[in-house]
Amino acid sequence: MTVAMNNETIINRPRSGALKWDLIGIIVIVVCAALGYVLFPDNLALLTRILAVALLVLSLDLVTGYCGVATLGHAALFGSGAYAAGILSAHFGINNPFLMTFGGIIAGAIAGLFCAVIMLRAHGLPQLVLSIALIYLFHEFANKASSWTGGSDGLAGIMPGPVFGLYEFDLFGHTAYFFGVALLLIVFVLLRILLRSPFGLLCRGIREDPLRIRAMGASPKTALVKMYVISGAVAGTGGALSAISTQVVALDALSFTQSAEALVMLVLGGTGSLFGAIAGTLIFMLFEDYVSAANPFHWLTMVGALLIAVVLFAPKGIYGTAVARFSRRGEGSQ
Amino acid sequence: MQTVFSIAIDALAYGMVLFVISIGLSVTMGLMRVVNLAHGAFAMIGGYIASYVARDLGMGYAAAVIAAVVITIVIAIPIERLLYRRIYGQPELTQVLMTIGITFCIIGIANYVMGPTLKTIPLAGPLQGSADLGFRAISIHRLFAIICGLVVALGLWLVIEKTSFGVKLRASVDNAAMAAALGVRTEFVYAVSFAVAVGLAAFGGVVGAELLPVEPYYALRYMVTFLVVVSVGGAGSIPGALIACLVLGAIDTTGRYLMPEFGEFFFYLAVIAIICVFPRGFAGRVT
Repeated sequence: MTVAMNNETIINRPRSGALKWDLIGIIVIVVCAALGYVLFPDNLALLTRILAVALLVLSLDLVTGYCGVATLGHAALFGSGAYAAGILSAHFGINNPFLMTFGGIIAGAIAGLFCAVIMLRAHGLPQLVLSIALIYLFHEFANKASSWTGGSDGLAGIMPGPVFGLYEFDLFGHTAYFFGVALLLIVFVLLRILLRSPFGLLCRGIREDPLRIRAMGASPKTALVKMYVISGAVAGTGGALSAISTQVVALDALSFTQSAEALVMLVLGGTGSLFGAIAGTLIFMLFEDYVSAANPFHWLTMVGALLIAVVLFAPKGIYGTAVARFSRRGEGSQ
Repeated sequence: MQTVFSIAIDALAYGMVLFVISIGLSVTMGLMRVVNLAHGAFAMIGGYIASYVARDLGMGYAAAVIAAVVITIVIAIPIERLLYRRIYGQPELTQVLMTIGITFCIIGIANYVMGPTLKTIPLAGPLQGSADLGFRAISIHRLFAIICGLVVALGLWLVIEKTSFGVKLRASVDNAAMAAALGVRTEFVYAVSFAVAVGLAAFGGVVGAELLPVEPYYALRYMVTFLVVVSVGGAGSIPGALIACLVLGAIDTTGRYLMPEFGEFFFYLAVIAIICVFPRGFAGRVT
């Protein structure tokens, strides 16, 4: 009874406002991208990196924020996508950036399926530990298969061809940046549609109460595995973007540190919201870049202090807390 | 035979060091349900203090151990009061964020205060060298680590099973709200167990400094290992943690001896296998 009513309110409320919010989201992303391009023309490499990591954090938000699966090993999907795109170019000579991205999506989805099958066997802390074990397993495997991945030297020799045969990936990273912005926009719109679909609502229901979902006749595990595969495809897109834009894949793409940073960015921005994921990535990476350039000795302390401050003063994440405060003020004034 | 023997001794010593450090984490995790990623940082602080006292002040190994344990507890108490209090009962993600933040801060400060180099803790005279067992010589320090582990395990077992504090602790682990309703001061139990856990971490950091060298990224490097051990053993269980440490210590050491080029591949493969078979750890309870 309550579930049905909740669903109704969830479905009814956004119908009218959803398209508006989609449009606002697209406009905000485009404006931010244009601002970044105009303000930091010499720093497009960093901005493109932020776009790639934003895709990883979005994909993490799908499983952590919407389905409630805590994972510290999500870079496994990102790194699989990066290596797949890189290997296609470096070993098979497939240099079309769209085919490379597609390869990354497929590899990410397969890695997502593999991780889901193992991780969904446990809950809570053991699940977290399984995800850590998985990312180390991927890392050691990529390190060992050095004839394919280049091992600790990294995979070099990636030569993406021009987009549509027109736009070369130049030294300044203009093409890579626009390619990345386009990918992020497409993924953003697709995810908005997905999360509004009955399947997206089912996943939110699973996070709230898996037992009740099972009582309603749906299988939480199947839904979670599907969501994990979708999440893998998104993370694989991000990995492919990073491989195409930097033209090298390092072992770091598959590291625990990368996974932990992605989780930190997500919680920092606010879980369970696409805007939160993107905002968290942007804030964390710009902060890290600024602080590590300003004071290389203390930057880790500063990042740590930022995290503690967020937990103490903005427990729902920066975006989540801002939204909560904004809506409360809106209600108060009415 | 020689190899098997040295693997066995190293594995036992490594497992015992892991046990001393992570048993505190296991108890606090079972008790307070906090995913504490900063536990390794306290072991690192202990190692740094011991190194400073023993090497720079030249006060001897025993003084170093005592100073490390006491000062680390003194450092940890305000952190618990001010920061950990806020995250009891919060979602796991919040706890992960907070404790990773604390770890980053401690690493940054350690890097600033003590420098990025590796710190050694000079051993006391009787602990140096090796003991001759007739057919094989083994390092006395390894023996010392093993004995420390056994003493800690026995001591904790006695406290938890035989004293009234242990009864209150077990009651709080099982059901904190009910224990509080029956007049157990759970706040006090929490504070004491947190202090003991941190003290044991510092002790383990000092004793295990030969096996897990003390440097600023210690906290990050071994954080995962400690968490894995606790999870495989089952949070809150001493026998579980002991078994987990011995099994994982044996697998890790054997892998390093026989197939060093694979790194920690087999360690994590074993972790996945164990958790798939025992989703709650070796001694985890149904909650």
